[in-house]
Amino acid sequence: MNRIQYLFNTKKERVLSIYFTAGFPDLEDTVPIMEAIQAGGADIIEIGVPYSDPIADGPTIQDSNLIALENGMSLKKLFDQLKGFRAKIHLPVVLMGYLNPIMQYGMEAFCKKCKEVGVDGLILPDLPMQQYQDEFKELFEEYGLFNTFLISPQTSEKRVREIDQNSNGFIYMVSAHSITGARTGISEEQIAYFERVKAMNLKNPRLIGFGISDSETFTTASNYSNGAIIGSAFIKKVKDAKNLSEDIQEYIQSVIS
Amino acid sequence: MIRVDEKGFYGKFGGAYIPEMLHPNIEELRENWESIIATPEYQAEFQMLLKDFVGRPTPLYFATRLSEEFGAKIYLKREDLCHTGAHKVNNTVGQIILAKKLGKKRIIAETGAGQHGVATATVCALMGMECTVYMGSLDIERQKPNVERMRILGAKVVPATSGSQTLKDATNEAMRQWINNPVDTHYIIGSVVGPHPYPEMVARFQSVISEEIKWQLMEKEGRENPDAVIACVGGGSNAAGAFYHYYNTPEVRLIAVEAAGLGVFSGKSAATTALGTPGILHGSKTILMQTEDGQVVEPHSISAGLDYPGIGPVHAHLFDVGRAEFVAVEDEDAMKAGIFLSRTEGIIPAIETAHAIHALNMIEYRKDDVIVINLSGRGDKDLETYIKWGGY
Repeated sequence: MNRIQYLFNTKKERVLSIYFTAGFPDLEDTVPIMEAIQAGGADIIEIGVPYSDPIADGPTIQDSNLIALENGMSLKKLFDQLKGFRAKIHLPVVLMGYLNPIMQYGMEAFCKKCKEVGVDGLILPDLPMQQYQDEFKELFEEYGLFNTFLISPQTSEKRVREIDQNSNGFIYMVSAHSITGARTGISEEQIAYFERVKAMNLKNPRLIGFGISDSETFTTASNYSNGAIIGSAFIKKVKDAKNLSEDIQEYIQSVIS
Repeated sequence: MIRVDEKGFYGKFGGAYIPEMLHPNIEELRENWESIIATPEYQAEFQMLLKDFVGRPTPLYFATRLSEEFGAKIYLKREDLCHTGAHKVNNTVGQIILAKKLGKKRIIAETGAGQHGVATATVCALMGMECTVYMGSLDIERQKPNVERMRILGAKVVPATSGSQTLKDATNEAMRQWINNPVDTHYIIGSVVGPHPYPEMVARFQSVISEEIKWQLMEKEGRENPDAVIACVGGGSNAAGAFYHYYNTPEVRLIAVEAAGLGVFSGKSAATTALGTPGILHGSKTILMQTEDGQVVEPHSISAGLDYPGIGPVHAHLFDVGRAEFVAVEDEDAMKAGIFLSRTEGIIPAIETAHAIHALNMIEYRKDDVIVINLSGRGDKDLETYIKWGGY
């Protein structure tokens, strides 16, 4: 069974997914950060594959991408680092990345490698649903990889249902009209959107991302979904960390407690 | 047959690889643009503005001395005489009327050299719409007069500070801001790049260039088809416009001129087809300059308008199937060609355009071939670069 599926079978509320950029702040931090996220009590680890032109990301994640690339991070390097991580990490692991670096690596080689090292799912923000169905769906299924799509307040009900049909694992609800790290707090307008989607009774669990940074926003988001995703706020913590492992654990505990 | 298919592909290239947040915007455009621009009401306004505001048709000028120098019949399509100084305004006029019909209130745009930014700021002023232009910090430094032109026209110029701080990054930033403001904002992309339907839509607005060449050449030479059309390619909007009505006329050679910068293999180049491989940039599958890990490489060209690591998907397709010939011109040769044209024909070209002029030295042609060069822009904006270069 896919670890993402297992997670949502056993936990329906307050699921916390943490995003970090592979290769940031230092090249070799990948596995230590994963261990700290697990030790801190989060439920899903989302590893960002750095890219030179991340168009859905705000300055915090952009900067972490550029620094990671300067540090020498690449997909090849990342897969080397991930070799054997399953001896230490039992949480579901999702790779988040833009299509171009994956295309250059080769989609099939990429999927194969994901399965080999123990990755459970993918979030590819610039892979449209149609292209996924036409070109990649069978491949992802062959290698047991769950694919997560995004929805936003602008997404029509019809399309949300289509996305629900084509997703497995969970649906990533972008909380507002925005790129990552652009907002803090949750407005009434956003709550209305959360309620609207909740009332649709989708088959997939929903995690809310963008604008989630602390216990309060995590709790609010969790009230309308199965949990939330923290990205930019986590990157800021990692950037300022004095003791990487301790600071990460402390931060995650402050969010979930 | 060179044409876009239903899914937005030219052969292997094109498509709409965009985050879901932009899906509704792109869908809205895709579903409506062709039907809107086909209405008589739209066409009346568009044609009136092209004629009275832009100053079309632009002349197809027989360049006597240039023709003597090269031993061919060389015509210059004078897009440099368009209002705002380049072909860019053909597209911004087309898109702003479309944006109005779609009920949009705000316009955003990216710009490299500033020509598209100025053309966008101009039509926004014309229509009384709010305008924000994203421009790489480095380009803001090297294209100051255009920055001030945009400000005079009432546009807000916002620096893109990420990455190489040039056109690529300005485009990223404009896309991000569109994600942040999806409902009331239209994004006027300035080249034949971006997600479908942009490449085809921009090409269609620019196709007035080859539409005019056809009847103008008929008047002057008694034939619609030249032997060759030459145009420079950054993203490739002026080339798409000049090639458009000749895509499927194989007897017309299409010659696309890229910027070789300091030399194709110098590491400081923007010669995309010479150096690039298939990949995805700014929402479409195309040919782009990238590392083997799929990171986009910073290009270099002395002309900010060609300083882009990709090309429009239609050009990637023209290259792939061998329909267009691609040549790459170095900075130094382009500058010399700019001076040469100034002194043989009394026209100071934009440095982008000067690359196309130099291509005459690189291609083979027969004596008395009819060659049309798309003179995409004038050199006023480049005076500082000409002065700094100094070789005149």
